[in-house]
Amino acid sequence: MSQAVIRFKDVIKSFGSQTILDRVNLTINAGKTTVIAGPSGQGKSVTMKLILGLLRPDSGQILVGGQDISKMRTKTLNEIRARFGVLFQGSALLDSLTVFANVALPLEERTRLKEREIRTQVLAILEHLGLTGHEDKYPAQLSGGMRKRVGLARALMLQPEIMLFDEPTTGLDPENSLEIYKLFLETQKKFGYTSIIVSHDIPKIFNLADQVIWVNKGKFNTFASPDDIQQSELPEIQAFVQYTMGKIYLGSVNE
Amino acid sequence: MIRYLEKIGSNTIWLLEDLGRMGSFLVLGLGGVVKRPFRLSAMIRQVRLIGANSFWVIFFVAGFTGMVLGLQGYYTLRKFGSEGALGSAVSLSLLRELGPVLTALMVTGRAGSAMCAEIGIMRNTEQLDALECMAIDPFRYLISPKFLATLISVPILTIFFNVVGMFGGYLAGCGLLGVNPGAYWSGMEQSVVNQDINMGIIKSFVFALLIVWVCTGRGYFVHVIRGAGFGAEGVSKVTTQAVVLSSVAILVWDYLITAILL
Repeated sequence: MSQAVIRFKDVIKSFGSQTILDRVNLTINAGKTTVIAGPSGQGKSVTMKLILGLLRPDSGQILVGGQDISKMRTKTLNEIRARFGVLFQGSALLDSLTVFANVALPLEERTRLKEREIRTQVLAILEHLGLTGHEDKYPAQLSGGMRKRVGLARALMLQPEIMLFDEPTTGLDPENSLEIYKLFLETQKKFGYTSIIVSHDIPKIFNLADQVIWVNKGKFNTFASPDDIQQSELPEIQAFVQYTMGKIYLGSVNE
Repeated sequence: MIRYLEKIGSNTIWLLEDLGRMGSFLVLGLGGVVKRPFRLSAMIRQVRLIGANSFWVIFFVAGFTGMVLGLQGYYTLRKFGSEGALGSAVSLSLLRELGPVLTALMVTGRAGSAMCAEIGIMRNTEQLDALECMAIDPFRYLISPKFLATLISVPILTIFFNVVGMFGGYLAGCGLLGVNPGAYWSGMEQSVVNQDINMGIIKSFVFALLIVWVCTGRGYFVHVIRGAGFGAEGVSKVTTQAVVLSSVAILVWDYLITAILL
C-alpha cells in the first residue's frame, strides 16, 4: 500500500458565515494521481490553497509528510513548500519577466547554482516542453497553451515531489488540452511526482486518475477509481456525472 | 437601531483588522530590506522607475512653483518695501514645506499609483501566490526593493525640487521683476539654517515611507479590501484609494512634523 503524503484530519474552513470545508478527512498517496472534482465554488481551490499553506484552516490538521502545516511558521512552511510544484489556472507567470527569466526564477532564488548551470537546465526543460525559440518572449506574447507549458516548466525546475494542477486545461482548446495531458503523463513518468489535479474536465481527467475525491457542499467523498464514481448512488454525483458524461452505468440497478 | 449598531461594530472590526494587516505589512516590508540575499539590481531598477523617471515632472513642477513663489512673494513683500527678502521667502517656503510636500505628492501620483496597480494586478493574477508557492518571500523579492528605492529617491528628488525651485524664484524675481540678484542670494544665505534643511529632509523620509507603505500595501491587500470589488475594477478602485490616502497622510504628517520640529 502506498504511503500517505498529504492527510487532512477534521479540517474546517469558513469564510465569514459560509463553511467551505466541513470536517474534511482525506488522504493523498505517494506517487499516485488524485483528481479533486466537483461543481464550481464547492471548495476545490480552497483545498489546494490549504495544502500549499496559502490559507490556514479554522480547525483540524493538515499533514504533509507527517508534519502539521496548519500552524507552522512561514520559515518552516517554506521548506515544505519547496517540495511542491504548482501549475496555476491562469499559469501565474510573472508578466514583467521573459519566459527564460520565469523558468529560471526558482533556481536563481532557491539554489546556489551558477548562471551557466541555470541556463543549461532552463534551456533543457524548455526544449523538453517544446518552447525552444520562445525564451525571450513575455507571457503576454504567448498563447494560453504555451503559457501553461511555461508554467509547467517553472513548476518542474526544482524537481518537486508533489505537483498540484489547478484546472490545467481551463480555457484551452481540445488540441491544447490533450497536449497538456500528454506533457503531464510524460513529466510524471520522468520525475515520478505525486500529482493532485483540481479539475472539472470530466471525463477526460478521469483517465489520468488513480483516485477521485468528490467535493460537494463542504463534504468530501473519496473513490478508489474513476469507475467507482461512475457507479456511485449518491444523487448529486449521479446528476453531475450524468450531466458531464452522459447516461451512467449503475450496474445491477440498470440491469 | 440594532442593525445600525451592527454596522458600526462590523466597520470598526474591519478597520482594526485593516490596521493590523497594514501594520504587519510595514514591519515585513522594512524587514525585507535587510534580508539576504539583497536584490540590488531590482532596487536600482526601482530607483530608476520611481526616482530617475520622475526627473522631468519634478523639474517642471519645481520650476513653476519657484516662479509662482517669486511672483507672489515679490508683490507681497513690495507692499512692505522688503523685495530684498524675496530670496529668504522663496528658499524657506521651499525647504520647509513646498519642496517635500509637492515632491511627495508628485511621486504619489506618478510612481505610487503605478506600484499599487502593479502589485494589485499581481495579486489578482495569482503571481504573488506563485512566489509564495515557490518559497520565495514576496516581501524580499518584490516589496522591499520598492521600500528602499522610495526611501532613497524621494529625499534626492526633494533636494532637486528645492534647487530648481530656487532658480525658478530667481528667474521670476530677478529676471522678470528686477529684484537685485545679490540681495536674492545673500538673503537666502543669511536666513536658511541647518534646521530648515533638516526639517525638509526628515519630512521627505517620512513621506517616502508613507507613499510606499500605503501604495504597495493597498495593492497587496486588494483581494480583502472591503468594497473594492474584483478584477480590473478592484485594482482601479484600490489605486485611487491609495493615492487619496497617501496624499491625505502626507498633509497630516506634514502638519505633525512641523508642529514637533518648529
